[in-house]
Amino acid sequence: MKKSFISRRAFKTLALNLVVWVFALAWMLPFIGLVAVSIQPYREVVVKGWVRVPDLSSLTLNNYIEALRNPLYDLATGYRNSVIVAFLSSLIPVVAAALTAYAFANLDFRLKALLFATILFIMMVPQQLTVVPLFLLYRNLGLYDTFQGIILLHSAWGIAWVTFFLRNYLRFIPRSLVEAARVDGASEITIFYKIILPLSIPALIASFIMQFTWVWNDLFYALVFLASRDKQVITQKVVMLKGEFHIDWGLLTAGSIISMSTPLILYVVFNKYFMRGVAAWGVKR
Amino acid sequence: MRLARRLRPLVFLVPPFTLIAVFVIYPILATFYYSFYDKNTGLLSLDNYKEVLLSSNPLNIIIARSFSHTPPWGALVHNLVWVALHVPIVTFLGLIIAYLLKYHVRGSTIIKAVLFLGIVIPPAVGGLIIRFMFEADIGIVPILFSYVGVESLSKTWTLYPQTALLALILGSVWLWLGFSVTVFAAAMETIPRSHIEAAKVFGASTWQIFYKIVAPQLKPAITVVVVMTLLWDLKIFDIVYASTGGGPGGSTTVLALVMYNYFARALDYYKSAAVAVILTLVVIPFIVLIIRRERG
Repeated sequence: MKKSFISRRAFKTLALNLVVWVFALAWMLPFIGLVAVSIQPYREVVVKGWVRVPDLSSLTLNNYIEALRNPLYDLATGYRNSVIVAFLSSLIPVVAAALTAYAFANLDFRLKALLFATILFIMMVPQQLTVVPLFLLYRNLGLYDTFQGIILLHSAWGIAWVTFFLRNYLRFIPRSLVEAARVDGASEITIFYKIILPLSIPALIASFIMQFTWVWNDLFYALVFLASRDKQVITQKVVMLKGEFHIDWGLLTAGSIISMSTPLILYVVFNKYFMRGVAAWGVKR
Repeated sequence: MRLARRLRPLVFLVPPFTLIAVFVIYPILATFYYSFYDKNTGLLSLDNYKEVLLSSNPLNIIIARSFSHTPPWGALVHNLVWVALHVPIVTFLGLIIAYLLKYHVRGSTIIKAVLFLGIVIPPAVGGLIIRFMFEADIGIVPILFSYVGVESLSKTWTLYPQTALLALILGSVWLWLGFSVTVFAAAMETIPRSHIEAAKVFGASTWQIFYKIVAPQLKPAITVVVVMTLLWDLKIFDIVYASTGGGPGGSTTVLALVMYNYFARALDYYKSAAVAVILTLVVIPFIVLIIRRERG
């Protein structure tokens, strides 16, 4: 009697595990298809489909080479541009937001609540709300279609959420540490530089990585502010791989994989940071 | 000395907030101004809004004025349909999966990491993958339906007005589910295991435990998932731009895309500012909700 009860329970658990794992594998299918199509000549995919074991003899990297090198698509240039834009658009806001976050966590000042609400508002307001005046301004200042222009915009935009992120982290550093240093006569800058900054390196890395990914993934600002072929970033280039009527899926899948490779590698290496960043939303602070 | 203390925060605040003021605050305020600007007369009026709301170009329709028997209905309705389907699916599926992963399934870390991939990749690429998923003969969904023998659903979903929007919405579930699973899984960590154990001792079933013990304690997390998903749906752009561009026949246009069409296709910056303001008015109640929560 008891034995059958246990085995029934074990069976239920087993079935449940099976269902969830099948679900997870089904979730992976589009990615598997993407890889399968990208490493075969597209003619072959058209004839035989990709839901099969591919012939080893027909495997090729031609789609990747074509997408990167063909001057018509030129993902290589887009990749380089994305690296430049994303790196600088992450470095600047992380440095700047470290300052603001320190002020929000350790100093009292007027308008603190208002400024903090402003930061939260900027985090969530649609990107569309800023572009028209900036576009007109940039055209007059010669910042349109330059890396400087889009980097400044991404940086300002990034300061908001990085401040929010770092401030939540800094609040867990005991305030007594700061008070003690103040009593010893250290200036705020010294406290920031010598005590807070070294303690917050993990948070600085995490926010850099997430901001880098966010800028890398951006399409809208790039569409508005970068126009010439040698300035366009990778998300713009990969979208253009899709022709108006005919789609070469070999090329498009290879391009998709190239353009998501960077965030994916960052995600694999810094997995914890990404998940925690999102998970924080669910836990009451 | 007191003055010095007063000025101290400025060292930390002035440089970053200058950047924010110039590149975020100024353009936001100016967008409101431009949205009322009449380029013919140079006066302020509501004409931009009127024209934008009454447009008859299928790619720029915001509000449906007559319901025909087939889509397109207009961008705002598409956003709302998106919310109506996407939010409940993502919330319920996320809750159930997070619950199963926490208490009943081995290797849950790997599954969570896999589901999260959709959040990490560029949304534009996400849009291309959605297109790929629903492409006849190549995409997994039409292949499946042709295998089962449903002819009407074994074609390219994104090419037909009847199925295009549905394809994008289902695809966006695939992209976004990782968000809700991750948030719910983290929130479940905070529920003491002893509560669950105690319920088990008293003979509660898996589903009773879920409804009576786990779900009620997750209320704050559910609010966050619902509101953040709502915001994501209302602001959606990259996915639509990359996969269908709003077509076929305007059946997948969304508000953000209408704004972009006025900006980049019609080169009418003042009308595009008006659409940007409309979009903002739609999302602002939910932004306020989140701000209240974060400050409280």
